[in-house]
Amino acid sequence: MAAITLLVNGSRHTVDVEPSTPLLYILRNDLDLAGPRFGCGLGQCGACTVLIKGEAVRSCVRPVSQAANVEITTLEGLAKGGQLHPIQQAWIDEQVPACGFCQNGQILTAKALLDKNPHPTDADIRDGMKNTLCRCMTYYRLNAAVKLAARRMA
Amino acid sequence: MTSLRSTVTAGNSRRQFLKQTGFLVASFAAVSIEGVDAFMQQQTSPAGPYPDPDYLQLDSWIVIRPDNTATFFVGKTDLGQGTGTAFRQIMSDELDIAFDHTTCVMGSTDITVDQGGSGGSDALQTDGYPMRRVAAEARRVLLEMGAQHFGVPVTALAVSDGVISVKTGDAVGRSITYGALIGGKKFNVTLSGRNIDATTGKAPLKPVQAMKNVGKSPRRDDVPDKVNGKQRWAVDMKVPGMLHARNVRPPLVGASLKSIDESSVKNVPGLVKVVSHGNYVAVVCEREEQAIRAARQLAVEWTPPASAPFPSSENLFTFMRKATPSSSSEPVTSGDVNASLASAAKVVEAQYDVPFQGHTSFGPAHALADPSNGQLTIYSNDMKSYGMRNGVAQFLKIPREKVRVVWMQGPQAYGRTAAEDAGFEAAFLATELGRPVRMQWTRQEETAWDTKGPAYAVTMRGGLDDKGQLVALDYDARAADFNHVGYNEADSVLIAQLMGTRKTPVRGRASYPSDKYTVANRRMAGSVVALPLAFETPVRMGNLRDPDGPQVTFASESFIDELAAAAAVDPLAFRLGLLERGSGDDAGFKRARSIACVKAAAEKFAWDARPSPQRQVNGDIATGRGMAYAFRSETVVVEMIEVEVNRRTGRVWVKRITCAHDCGLVINPEALTHALEGGLLHAVSRALFEEARFDEAKMLTTDWVSSPTLTHADVPERIDIVQVNGDPNPQRPDLQHYGAGETICKPMLAAVANAIFDATGVRMRRVPFTSARVLASLRA
Repeated sequence: MAAITLLVNGSRHTVDVEPSTPLLYILRNDLDLAGPRFGCGLGQCGACTVLIKGEAVRSCVRPVSQAANVEITTLEGLAKGGQLHPIQQAWIDEQVPACGFCQNGQILTAKALLDKNPHPTDADIRDGMKNTLCRCMTYYRLNAAVKLAARRMA
Repeated sequence: MTSLRSTVTAGNSRRQFLKQTGFLVASFAAVSIEGVDAFMQQQTSPAGPYPDPDYLQLDSWIVIRPDNTATFFVGKTDLGQGTGTAFRQIMSDELDIAFDHTTCVMGSTDITVDQGGSGGSDALQTDGYPMRRVAAEARRVLLEMGAQHFGVPVTALAVSDGVISVKTGDAVGRSITYGALIGGKKFNVTLSGRNIDATTGKAPLKPVQAMKNVGKSPRRDDVPDKVNGKQRWAVDMKVPGMLHARNVRPPLVGASLKSIDESSVKNVPGLVKVVSHGNYVAVVCEREEQAIRAARQLAVEWTPPASAPFPSSENLFTFMRKATPSSSSEPVTSGDVNASLASAAKVVEAQYDVPFQGHTSFGPAHALADPSNGQLTIYSNDMKSYGMRNGVAQFLKIPREKVRVVWMQGPQAYGRTAAEDAGFEAAFLATELGRPVRMQWTRQEETAWDTKGPAYAVTMRGGLDDKGQLVALDYDARAADFNHVGYNEADSVLIAQLMGTRKTPVRGRASYPSDKYTVANRRMAGSVVALPLAFETPVRMGNLRDPDGPQVTFASESFIDELAAAAAVDPLAFRLGLLERGSGDDAGFKRARSIACVKAAAEKFAWDARPSPQRQVNGDIATGRGMAYAFRSETVVVEMIEVEVNRRTGRVWVKRITCAHDCGLVINPEALTHALEGGLLHAVSRALFEEARFDEAKMLTTDWVSSPTLTHADVPERIDIVQVNGDPNPQRPDLQHYGAGETICKPMLAAVANAIFDATGVRMRRVPFTSARVLASLRA
């Protein structure tokens, strides 16, 4: 066990846990955040995605010890001052989610993508989003929502 | 309270309501859920028992508050298709209250009437009617109250958006809200109906033309919290003192437990208990990461089975065709197929194979069971919460009044998923330990051990006369569907099997094609075959999004295309000919509606009429188009697609989809369109990627690498949904609302195969059409 300090959505938390524990379980069980979700535990599906220093990271395979003292943003931290992030608004306007279980990963993957590439081509979007899975197959709406968000953020 | 537009969490409104009025506790003897948030914040489990809400009381269905808002209590579950929003639309229309002033609470067994949860895509088709009737009855009662209030006859009143006003007489111009009349009070109105589906009051339904919200597309009320992080799902449910559990499954299918070395997990902190019962093994720990570690570390010795549980998936279809069927259905015949085939100018024969495919839910199965207060509360996303309540009570041999299932949002659930198995396991462990236990399956467990849609091996024969007309059509299917697992059955759920329960296997079925083709000589026959191992197997059959439709329709609609090609006729013209050749129709006008859908799809798609194949090639890319058609229950679907086949890599890309869809009256066109888009792509995924693979000892598909799925890289350029109303009397006031959802999955496998044939001249008869399989066929 070790005391580890996490900076999540602008708040500081210190937890006393096994350092090899994947960040996902600490966020969910100790910090009570519901945005990142367990989908595979293998880094394959993207349900657990969080942003660490702006990068989309799979928290199910990132040991908590490697996430200490760096700014972590979860879905809950995306809205600012009560205003949804333009990506979240695009998700609502395109009515993207079906079950919605994967959408945490979709939104944060899109955020990292658009932050790096504000004017993505269709091929960029396909390539950038292809490792974040959706089994309700909302991909057609997702594709439209990423484009809508890109237009609004430009 | 102002508008309830943004009130989404089911229990929230209920809790707020309770705070405001306090009366509801009396109206439901056992009222218990005061909102999921309330549980998470302040209590573990309110005292039971939990008797069933009385479907014959109007108060069980509708509550109206003093602020003129209403909450509807619906015993269905919304899996992300927007059925909750649709119920609000039809009920606010019948009640005559503003849509924005309504909320909907769904699927928790102690506060919503047992409408069975979801299944069969029939929420609106079946349950929409009682919901409309109870809302209409509430309107009738409120108008009577208004008449009494103003001392005028009901005929002197008008109502709009929950405001009753006097339109004639001395009191003309006076008005009162529903909330002022009934808010905070009970209706105390008894309904009638021999069962829940038949629930009714005295009020008639409105003609559909008078429904203001129907046919509009208010946004789904569950979406905002799914994108802002506020949604609390069944996976998020926590109660004080909760433990975490993981299962330990046999590594070889059919293995039996020999011994467990508990000293192997002695050093795992937080270990509470290693539980074993028969071949069921689980570990329970204080923290989740501890349970993960304990499950990995636990040394268990298993005795391998004496014989192979199944053939390998590569040899499955040979096995199925050679096997002696365990049962056969009565064939459906007309005319004389064999005689007609013998005299046909041209005979075509082909075999089609569809493998087992899993739900492979995006979120592995999970549930939380809380045994506090001598009761048992299960928090689950299972779409059949009522069934889980009954099944768990039976399984644990406790009175069902002590059990309730609180339905919460969850991951993709299109059929009999492993969410049911996890619910039983959590309930068992919580009872064993006397503490709340959260069960979470792993990805590997979910992909390997969830229920599978049955594999099909189909043989088709057809005969054309010398004019190219279809004169004989023979369908003979074998389904690997022995021991079909039902919903929430105490004696067939996985934990029961692993504990040694042996229920007499329920024979599944080999279903028959659904089309309205007229063929003079036709036979449809089906048999069921068994795999060697019927119990404790990960290849266990359960309903998966139109249980057999994709398999059956792959064979029947691929074969129609093969016949059209053999006759050198455009496949659309060939199908229309078979539809228009008939006379008469059924009660749902499915023949007329099939013709309307075919024509509507062709127009939107801009179908180029010509025989297949076209073999249009540009560099490595061959382009083609294909179509297929089916109905399910009363809903008709025609799909037309364009594909690109990469002749160098074998990759198939479904570039464009047009779908004509007739489910009768459409409640929310936009939500329907979105639900259909997802369903279409799920079916494309099944056509191109999905197969539960195994060798003779174990599952080989255990994660997203070994079990690939459609990804964002494969999204079509364009999807067009054409909502068709092909009813011969499209303006009739009682236009039915049928089911939507599963039908969409039926035609796609064949549509893709037909398009690949059009592009390349190669006929794919074995699903899925992976790049490797397509490449091999192109080179054959």
